Amino acid sequence: MAEPLFSVRGLKVALPDMTRKPLIGRAPMVEILKGLDFDLPRGSVTGIVGESGSGKSTLGRALVRLLEPSAGSITFDGRDITHLPEAELRPLRRNLQMIFQDPMSSLNPRRTIASIIAAPLRQNGFGDNLKGRVAEALQRVGLPQSFASRYRHELSGGQRQRVGIARALALSPKFVLADEIVSGLDVSTQAQILTLLEKLAAEMGLTVAFISHDLSVIRRLCRQVIVMREGAIVEASATDALFEKPQQAYTRDLISAIPLPEIDEGWLLPAAKVPA
Amino acid sequence: MNASCLNIANLSAVLPNGARVLRSVSLSVQPGEVRALVGESGAGKTMIGKAVLGVLPPSVRIVEGDMLLEGEDLGRLQPKARRTLIGARTALIPQDPLTALNPSRRIGPQMTDRLVRILGWSGQGADARIRQLLDEVQIRDPDRVLKCYPHELSGGMRQRVLIAAAFAAEPRLIVADEPTTALDVTVQKQILRLIAQLQREHGTAILFVTHDLGVVAKISQKVSVLYAGKVVEEAETAALFAAPQHPYTRALMAATPRYTDPFASLKPVDDAVLAGLAAEIAAADQAWRRPHG
Repeated sequence: MAEPLFSVRGLKVALPDMTRKPLIGRAPMVEILKGLDFDLPRGSVTGIVGESGSGKSTLGRALVRLLEPSAGSITFDGRDITHLPEAELRPLRRNLQMIFQDPMSSLNPRRTIASIIAAPLRQNGFGDNLKGRVAEALQRVGLPQSFASRYRHELSGGQRQRVGIARALALSPKFVLADEIVSGLDVSTQAQILTLLEKLAAEMGLTVAFISHDLSVIRRLCRQVIVMREGAIVEASATDALFEKPQQAYTRDLISAIPLPEIDEGWLLPAAKVPA
Repeated sequence: MNASCLNIANLSAVLPNGARVLRSVSLSVQPGEVRALVGESGAGKTMIGKAVLGVLPPSVRIVEGDMLLEGEDLGRLQPKARRTLIGARTALIPQDPLTALNPSRRIGPQMTDRLVRILGWSGQGADARIRQLLDEVQIRDPDRVLKCYPHELSGGMRQRVLIAAAFAAEPRLIVADEPTTALDVTVQKQILRLIAQLQREHGTAILFVTHDLGVVAKISQKVSVLYAGKVVEEAETAALFAAPQHPYTRALMAATPRYTDPFASLKPVDDAVLAGLAAEIAAADQAWRRPHG
């Protein structure tokens, strides 16, 4: 178990900058990720936090190889997947699953819940006993069996996100990417979804990359945290250490900007420094 | 209650199918005070703000209750007089500055429009006023910003512009509808700080709609907790956080994540609490329907 599930070295990702695309011809490339090094240990939940534009979602998409890196390497489960062509990635995909931010747009409106959950099973050659497998997936996320024949619009936001989790976990993957999976939910629902993910990750021994802008949620869920800013890693450490002894000023700013649900008269008083 | 800036009494609103979306809501905002309306989606908090501003969707009908803006009964005024009064004494800070701004016009004219066209200011006077407000929201290069199109500004800058515009005509009451929900935390803190500072200096009352109890704790003096269009608890903010009375308020607080106490927070809301709420709402609806047939 010493070998990490993911080993990332010098990872760079460049994407075309569509705002500077000439009328005819290619858009110039802009470097989104500027050389990242980190490991994701097996069976652990790692938080990836940063503000909008920090590159956290791009990093997630590179990990599951929805994007091809422009430099560096990604080793997954002992295998270099940095530049694997899609055909060779396909057998690995069952172990690289995603839960999306918005279950409304990531669930097909015209398919039943059962068919949505069954899709990855069918794709990966588990077409036998589909009914039983779907029933098991629904039970795992705490949804009643009657939901199998329903459609996405008949479900609440929290129930939809449970379906998203059921689909991602149907294949018992080694790795799950969870990108802002609770940011569209109410706090009461958010707590349910997070405790569910926490429980399933522990039971199934999942390795999870949990992308979020919310450090409070990360503290609860994650064993380690990667703080990102402008495509680079600002700080990466064990969660408790990060909160108790943040090493970087940026991390301290991020933590102190969270409005805790408790009275603090001084919180809104103007700071000494002028905001940029 | 003539001293109140805003006084809402027993306000009920229904959808065409008869379902109540606001359930006998009562609340007041004193001059210069920030009252938070907090609740989850569907709680009716935005609906209350829209009712005050007279911009409810056509499908929502107010069937009962009074709204007094600085003592003037909004329900008794003719539509035109009501619009004039609301336009002169209130303003809105919206959630999403990008959809609130016209993408094809420069910032400058969009900000002065209201002052010139609706409130009859001179162009020069409006321009000077807007520049003064941009300075108050700490925009250091007003010439550039006024010439920009909305997409050329960051989310935080756009929200600053809208805050400046909201305060420009010295409204008595501002409805702030989730003004920081779309922003990053560090920017949110700057924007909350700005709103609090301008609110203090201008003595403006704010009805602050939010889903975030953390924001409530920082920005407001009074708070109304809403569920399904009903005020389930109302208190001074400090008192609410010291000793929440309603089980739902306690459940919301326990569900809100706190990095200082990760394992005591993020508690899913107990089914018993939700069942209790449903019963409370059903009883209130039944009592309300009896005299209303």
